[in-house]
Amino acid sequence: MEPETNDPQYADIHRDVVRSIVETGPKYYAALATAIGVTLLCFFFPWFYQLYYGLGAAGVNHPQVWGTYLASFIFWIGLSHSGTLLSCVLHLSNSAWRKAMYRSAEAMTLFSLMVAATFVLVHLGRPWFIHWALPYPNQMEMWPNFRSPLLFDVMAIGTYLTGSSIFIYMGSIPDFAAVRDRTTGWRNTMYTLLSLGWRGTDTEWHRLHWAYTFLAVLIIPLAVSVHSIVSWDFALSIVPALHQTIFAPYFVVGAIFSGTAGIVTVMFVLRKYMEGFDQYITKVHFDNLGKLLLVLSLIWTYINVLELFTGWYSGTSTEYEALNYKLFGYYAPLYWEMILFCAVAPLLCISKRFRTSFVPMLILSIAVNIGMYTERFLIVGTSLSRQYLPDAWGVYVPSLVELSIILGSFALFVTLFLVFVKIFPSISMYEVKETMVIPAAEPVVPKEGSPT
Amino acid sequence: MSILERFIEGWKKYRKPGYYDEFDYHWAMTIDLDQCTGCEACVTACQAENNLPIVGEKAFAEGREVKWIRIERYWEGEYPDIKLRFIPMLCQHCDAAPCETVCPVSATYHNQDGLNTQIYNRCIGTRSCAVYCPYEVRYFNFNDHHWDSPLEQQLNPDVTVREKGVMEKCTFCIQRIRQAKDDAKDDGRRRVRDGEVQPACVQTCPTQALVFGDRKDPESQVSKSLNNPRAYRVLEELNTDPSVVYLKKVDAKG
Repeated sequence: MEPETNDPQYADIHRDVVRSIVETGPKYYAALATAIGVTLLCFFFPWFYQLYYGLGAAGVNHPQVWGTYLASFIFWIGLSHSGTLLSCVLHLSNSAWRKAMYRSAEAMTLFSLMVAATFVLVHLGRPWFIHWALPYPNQMEMWPNFRSPLLFDVMAIGTYLTGSSIFIYMGSIPDFAAVRDRTTGWRNTMYTLLSLGWRGTDTEWHRLHWAYTFLAVLIIPLAVSVHSIVSWDFALSIVPALHQTIFAPYFVVGAIFSGTAGIVTVMFVLRKYMEGFDQYITKVHFDNLGKLLLVLSLIWTYINVLELFTGWYSGTSTEYEALNYKLFGYYAPLYWEMILFCAVAPLLCISKRFRTSFVPMLILSIAVNIGMYTERFLIVGTSLSRQYLPDAWGVYVPSLVELSIILGSFALFVTLFLVFVKIFPSISMYEVKETMVIPAAEPVVPKEGSPT
Repeated sequence: MSILERFIEGWKKYRKPGYYDEFDYHWAMTIDLDQCTGCEACVTACQAENNLPIVGEKAFAEGREVKWIRIERYWEGEYPDIKLRFIPMLCQHCDAAPCETVCPVSATYHNQDGLNTQIYNRCIGTRSCAVYCPYEVRYFNFNDHHWDSPLEQQLNPDVTVREKGVMEKCTFCIQRIRQAKDDAKDDGRRRVRDGEVQPACVQTCPTQALVFGDRKDPESQVSKSLNNPRAYRVLEELNTDPSVVYLKKVDAKG
C-alpha cells in the first residue's frame, strides 16, 4: 500500500503539471508511436479496405444488418458519459475530490465522442454522403427526415460534442495561462493564443466561474438526453426485445456505469505513468468512484431484471422467443459473462478495502467495460437474430475486419489522449489549489501577462 | 409566388385531414395461398426484371442473397404428421411503414401511388430500415456486384444497377407502373386501366395466385379479391397497414 504523500505545495503543482507537458521522455514517444502505428494498421487500414470492398468486409448479413460497429458506437458514447456529466454534477455539488481528476475525465468524454462519431462513418454503407443527414439548405431542396431517431442522434451528438468541448476548454483557460507563463518558444505562442489573454483579474475569475457553472447546469440534461436519444434508435423500432420504454434510462445508467469504470482505468494509468500525479490522485478518488460504481451497478442490475420481466409479462410469443434466445440461445455465454462482470463483480465494492486498493479496482473497471461492451453487442446481436418471421432468423459473427477496427479504435482513443496530455494541463491546477491549505507566508497573486 | 406564400400553401395542404392517405392510385396485391404451388417462378422473374445480383455461393452461405420476393418455408407438425407450408414474402408496401420514419435522409418514403419507394441515389446505408422492417424484406448491397459477360447484356435498361452500400427492396415494378401511367396519359386517358400494369412476379405466376391492381378502383380484380373472406394480412397486429393481402389456404381435412 502506498503511504499518503506529503501535502504538495502550490509551486509543486505548477512544477509537476508543466513538467508533464514540457518534458517528454523516450517512453512517451514509444507509446505515441505504438498508438499511432496500431491506429493506422488496425483501424484505418481495415476501414479503407471496407470502403473499397463494401460493408461485406464486416460480418453483417441479413437479418443482422447492424453489427459491432453500432455496438462500438454505443459503447464509446457510453464511455463518454461519465466524464463531463460527472464533472458537472460534482462541480455543482461542490465535491472537492473531483478537482484532481475532472480534466482527464472531460478529455475522455471528448475523445470517446470523437471515436464514436468515427464509428458512425465506419457503420454507414456510403459514408461519403454523411452530410445528407445534416439540415443545411442545398440545391436538392431536400431536408433530412426529422422524424428519424437517427437524425435525433446526429443532433444530440453534435450538441454534446460542442457543449463538452466548450466546457473543457473554458475550464482550462486559467491553466493555459499558467503554462503560458512558464514556457518559452512555440509553446508560449500556442498557450498565449489558447489562454485568450487571461490575466487572472477578479472580474475574469468571477466571469469564468459564472460561465462555468452555467455550462455545467446546461450539460447535465444534455448528457442525459444524448444517451436517451441513442436508445431511441432501438426503442422506436418494433423489434421484439428492443421496443421497450425502459431503454432510455437503461442506456443512460449503462453509459454512466461504463464511463465511471473508464475513469477509474484512466486515473490508474495517469497515476502510474505521469510523474508526481500520485500526490493528487489518491485513494480518496478510488474510494468515491468505487461507491459510485456499486450504486450504478445495482441500478443497472435492477433495470436488467426489469427488462426480462417486461418481456415475460408481455405474454407474446415473439417476446418470449427473444427472451429465451437471449438467456439460453447462441449468444447466451456472452449474456452470462455480462451478468458476471457488470452485476456480480462490482458487488466487491461493498468492501472499503477493495475500493482503496488500486490494482483490484483497475481489474474491476476493465471487467465492467468488457461487460458493458458485451451488453451493447447483445442489444444489437440477440434481438435482430430473432425477429417476427422465423424464416428470416439468423446468427451473426463479427469478421476479422470488425475485430481489428474495435482494437484499432482503442488505439485511436489512446493516441488522442496521448496528444492531449502534452497540450492540456491534465490536472486542473487552479482547482487543485483551492483544496489545499493556504500557505501562511506568501498569498497567491496570479501573475500578470506573459514574461516575454 | 413569394417564399412565404409558398410556405403557407404547402402548410395548408399538409394540414388537410387525410392528406397522407390520399393517393392517386393505391396499388395492392393479393396472394392466394390456395393457388400458390411454391414454384418460385416469381422469384426468378423478379430477379430477371429488376437486375437482382447473383451473389454467388459464398455470399449466399453468409446470408447476403438478394431476393425481393422469397418463398418462406415452414414445417408444421412432427414427422409422420408433417406438413409443409410456404408463403411468398415481398415488401408489403405498408401505408404505416416503420422503415419510412427511421431513414434519416428520407431515402425511403411513400409516394402518391401508395407505394413504399426506395431512392437508391439518396440512400446512405444506415440499414436501419432493414432493422425496423418486421417482414425482413429489405436487402442490402454488401458489395458491388458484377455480371459475367455476356450476362450484362440481359440487364433491364429501365432499372438501376445498385452500387455497394445501398438498400434495395421490391418496388412493385415501379418502372412498369411509370410506363403504364405514361401510356395512359399519351392515350388521353386519365387513369390506368385494370390489368394494364403487372409486376414481373404477377405476370409470371403460372397459377395466377398473384393479383395486382388499384385498390381505389372498386371494379378491379384486386379490389374484389380483397373482399374474399379468406383475406388476411401478415403480422396485422403490428398496425403497419400492409398493401399485400394473403388469401388463406383451404386445408383438405384429413
